[in-house]
Amino acid sequence: MTGSTAIVASVAAHLVAATGIVVPHIDYTAILPELILLGGMLLVVLVSALSPRPLPTEAYATATVGIATASLISSLVLWRDVTNHGPFTAVADAVNVDGFGVFFLVLISCILVVAPMLAAGHLRREGIEGCEYYVLALISGSGAMFMATANDLVLIFLALEILSIPLYILAGFDHRREGSGEAAMKYFVLGAFSSAIFVYGIALTYGATGSTNLAQIAAFLARNVVTSDGVLLGGLALLLVGFGFKVAAVPFHMWTPDVYQGSPTPATGFMASMAKAGGFAALLRVFVTTFPTLRSTWQPAIWVIAILTLVLGAVVALVQRDVKRMLAYSSINHAGFVLLGLEAATARGVAGSEFYLFAYSFLVLGTFAVVAAVGGRGDDAHGFERYRGLGRRQPVLAVAFSILLLAQAGAPFTTGFFAKFTVVAAAVSAHSYALAAVAMGSAAVAAYFYLRLVLVMFADVARPRPGVVATRAATSGAAAPAGRLDLAAVGFGGGATPGRAATLTAIRPTEVAEATAAAGMVGEATAKADGPLVVVSPWVATGIAICVATTLVFGVWPQPLVDFAHQATLIF
Amino acid sequence: MIHAAFLIPILPLAGFAILFPLGRRLGNPLAGWIATAMVTASFVVTVIVFVALFQHAPAHREFTQSWFTWFGVGRLRVGAGLLVDPLSMTMAAFITGVSSLIHLYSIGYMRHDEQFPKFFTYLNLFVFAMLMLVLADNFVLSFFGWEGVGVCSYFLIAFWFERDDAASAGKKAMIFNRIGDAGFLLALFLIFERTGSFEYTTVFARLGHVGTPSLVAIALLLFLGAVGKSAQIPLFPWLADAMTGPTPVSALIHAATMVTAGVYLMCRINPILHLAPDAAHVIAWVGAVTAFVGATSACAQNDIKKVLAYSTVSQLGYMMLAAGSGAYVAAIFLMLTHAFYKALLFLGSGSVIHAMEEDQDIKNMGGLAKLMPITGITFLIGWFSIAGVPPFSGFWSKGDVLENAWAVTPALWVIGAVSAFLTAYYMGREYFLVFMGERRWTEGRQVAGVHDHGSAAHDGLHPHDPSWHMSLPLVVLATLAALGGFINLPFHPNFVFLERWLDPVVGANLLTTHFSVGQQWLFAVVDAAIALTGVAVAATVWRATAERPALEPRFLFMAWFIDRGEDRLVARTSTALANFTATVVESRVIDGAVNGVASLTRWSGERLRRVQSGYVRNYALGLVAGLVVLVAYVLVRAGS
Repeated sequence: MTGSTAIVASVAAHLVAATGIVVPHIDYTAILPELILLGGMLLVVLVSALSPRPLPTEAYATATVGIATASLISSLVLWRDVTNHGPFTAVADAVNVDGFGVFFLVLISCILVVAPMLAAGHLRREGIEGCEYYVLALISGSGAMFMATANDLVLIFLALEILSIPLYILAGFDHRREGSGEAAMKYFVLGAFSSAIFVYGIALTYGATGSTNLAQIAAFLARNVVTSDGVLLGGLALLLVGFGFKVAAVPFHMWTPDVYQGSPTPATGFMASMAKAGGFAALLRVFVTTFPTLRSTWQPAIWVIAILTLVLGAVVALVQRDVKRMLAYSSINHAGFVLLGLEAATARGVAGSEFYLFAYSFLVLGTFAVVAAVGGRGDDAHGFERYRGLGRRQPVLAVAFSILLLAQAGAPFTTGFFAKFTVVAAAVSAHSYALAAVAMGSAAVAAYFYLRLVLVMFADVARPRPGVVATRAATSGAAAPAGRLDLAAVGFGGGATPGRAATLTAIRPTEVAEATAAAGMVGEATAKADGPLVVVSPWVATGIAICVATTLVFGVWPQPLVDFAHQATLIF
Repeated sequence: MIHAAFLIPILPLAGFAILFPLGRRLGNPLAGWIATAMVTASFVVTVIVFVALFQHAPAHREFTQSWFTWFGVGRLRVGAGLLVDPLSMTMAAFITGVSSLIHLYSIGYMRHDEQFPKFFTYLNLFVFAMLMLVLADNFVLSFFGWEGVGVCSYFLIAFWFERDDAASAGKKAMIFNRIGDAGFLLALFLIFERTGSFEYTTVFARLGHVGTPSLVAIALLLFLGAVGKSAQIPLFPWLADAMTGPTPVSALIHAATMVTAGVYLMCRINPILHLAPDAAHVIAWVGAVTAFVGATSACAQNDIKKVLAYSTVSQLGYMMLAAGSGAYVAAIFLMLTHAFYKALLFLGSGSVIHAMEEDQDIKNMGGLAKLMPITGITFLIGWFSIAGVPPFSGFWSKGDVLENAWAVTPALWVIGAVSAFLTAYYMGREYFLVFMGERRWTEGRQVAGVHDHGSAAHDGLHPHDPSWHMSLPLVVLATLAALGGFINLPFHPNFVFLERWLDPVVGANLLTTHFSVGQQWLFAVVDAAIALTGVAVAATVWRATAERPALEPRFLFMAWFIDRGEDRLVARTSTALANFTATVVESRVIDGAVNGVASLTRWSGERLRRVQSGYVRNYALGLVAGLVVLVAYVLVRAGS
């Protein structure tokens, strides 16, 4: 095997040599996690293409989990190498294998282990076949990994595109969904726009410093005092816009609510975790290690952006009536917290940001997985009413969701608490008192909308009062197992018997017939549980369980994760 | 056998631990018997330890038994442990002894109560807390017991909490004691700050470095705690209200034991008082005034237990007078004898209340002595004891107090002597109104087999002596009340047993009096004359009639209007302030601010969401706007 690889490599080298291009030495072990993802992805595509019958989605999910696990293991091996022998660069200084980068390799591998589990149930329910979701997720993950380890602005740009383009497709993945196509289009157009700005930023930076290599830029800036630094600073600003778009920082966030809402819910969870992990990894690396000399310039800008992101995310989430949209704004608020660590620009701050991203990734994956399950077939029931009484109907699911929501709110004994604590503590130790205060204020506001959802789930709905139940009955109708009923509102008297359910009056006349046909089943379901049962497949349940377990275990015993993040920063 | 001392508090605690979960199942009367057995066993252990301690030489009668470190922060280490010395063992002996008798009495008294097991659960917990208070080897553990007895007192005063007066009386006791406890806590902080320790022995050994102002402050703050707990002026009104609790509770907690905790504390800190004579003077005067106010108020009460309650206030005043005078032995002596005769009087009144079917007004009684011979005779002994008729115990103990008061200043003696006369008089009034004279109640026919206590549908009363559970404690306590004085007879150094026993603890700081035997005889004769005059006056005035309004002025009935005055001055102003903060500060300012912020947040959320138009061109515009601002900013920076 190694022999044949060597032959292929030497043949390739000869071929390239013939064209006159200098081929750098490639240390394959240094980029092994990325290679495993890409190689695995190719295998999946190959198997899918060659198999005579379409394979079940679970088979692809299993394969993806396996690939991601292999990537995780190789990332951990890299971690051992880095801790033992120190950081190094590979592939002509384009890839940086250091603690910081490997931390994100581990995180991204973890996301890729959990995400397919959460998608499998959804794809099965929606009747979507094929390997595309998994393939796109793997490509996107490899892009995020390259972003985290890149040591060159050009590679960062390439990685950004490798990360983003699959996400655009994932947003529009379920073509039958009304909002999906729109979301994908918006994401793509605005993403392309921001990419253009980002590339222009790279160009300006190159113009000012003569290099795109991060280490060389840093060395140049350390050696020289740039007297006329307009070009350099302009480049920096453009880079910030590109990153800001990727991590959904205000005012470059506007795509977020529409895209998060429109995308298939598991894809939303995936992009929320993956894009932020990759985007923040590159943002932190570029700003903290490459441009530390310009800190006095970019720090105030980050300060303003962080405050805007924190406040707007929390405040606007407050008035949302759609859970996915609310969570979109809540993820904007989270981005503000991660920016706290960047603004501090200390080892402690960066470690805090890493911890935050780790905690956040699991929280957001798990949360959106529950939302996807509750959304029901069609993935379109995301109103608050849908969650009413969930605590009584399905206590386990409701408790798991509550834990994830409370963790996002920063409740103690969850990773969310320590995540907020570490970044706020870092901000305070960097004397950013106002920013820390705003962050905590926004957390207080955010607690309101998380708790409201928890309250909705556990509020007593044992005896529905006549006249108040209309909307609830509507959602029960919409989720009835009989099929997709797009009832806007259904008048539904206090008693929940099939007989009375038959007197349903639909607001939209065209659907009266359909509604009446389903009335029997709706009534039955309502009589039993006062709402539809949420079907959670074993795959999704496992995924959610992993997310909740991570949240609780590292919430009660955060030391290993704190040490991991801290050590990652030390080496970096 | 001294190492067995740990059993003394543990046994009642075990009783509590058994009764708390299982009491309801054990039921009536088994729960009561278990509680009584635990306390009696504790009494037996106390006697054994007492004897063991007695066999040591007087100078070596101090043992510390450390259990474990309770908590520690910084250089603060608070241990849990016992201090076994003559003072603590004297306290433990009479607490467990009197408690055993009152537990036994309660089995009879509470027989018809639905909450019978709960009553004994609280009672055992109380005994545990009280024993921790007196046996603790440090201030903090004593404070633990101090709070423990306070909370049990609250539970038991409000035992019949369905009744409004009981519920509010419990609350009142709690609040008055809180005021005192604040003083106790401040004293604790000061003690630690000045001496770096809480252990009695260590603290007392380091007093030399403390300085007089701090010592005075510590003494007065601890005294503030004692004022609350021992119902001194001005914090005594709660004790009168506390009579809404069951009568055994009044006997045990609000006469014999808990209320004397303040006196115990003053005796325990005798080294501090010795070095802070100014504080001691305050204590003596507060005690004397309390004795007088309590005695006068007792003269005009009509509730059989209220008379005894104000009498207790008065007697506690005597004890404080003694402690403040430096006569610690006299204070403990009076505490012991008072425990005997006041417990006796309360139990006797409980027996009467049972017989009168819960009527407590002495104006509705009369002529009970013939129908209830045991109660009548034992009550008479209690009256003579408290009045100070020789040779009953009160004569000796009160005589001791007054003698020492004279040695400090004759003015204190005068107040004490007048109060002593009043004591003989008001108890005489109560005795005559209850047991002598005409019957001011309707007698009912004794119907065989029908014996319905507490039933409203009876056509009259048929008073009789109670069952043996209740009679036996009366007899035992009457014997102790009659003969208790012999533990500390004056006239010859060989007879002052109590003084010699307590000498290792208080001897060094004791007030020394230099009265000749002749002078002592003179004091004794005067005391006896005062007591007998009081008895005689009561007999002449109250033997024939129950209506003498001139002798029961409203001023005294209302206890000098102190309660009402405090209510007007402190309670109503605080209530007004609380109402102001609740209605104006809380609901308008604070809630207003909170709601205002919430509305503002929501309002801005509603405004901001409108930016989200859904059009890509608008989003791109937003992105570019952000870019423009950012670039403008860096270009401004670049120029500088």
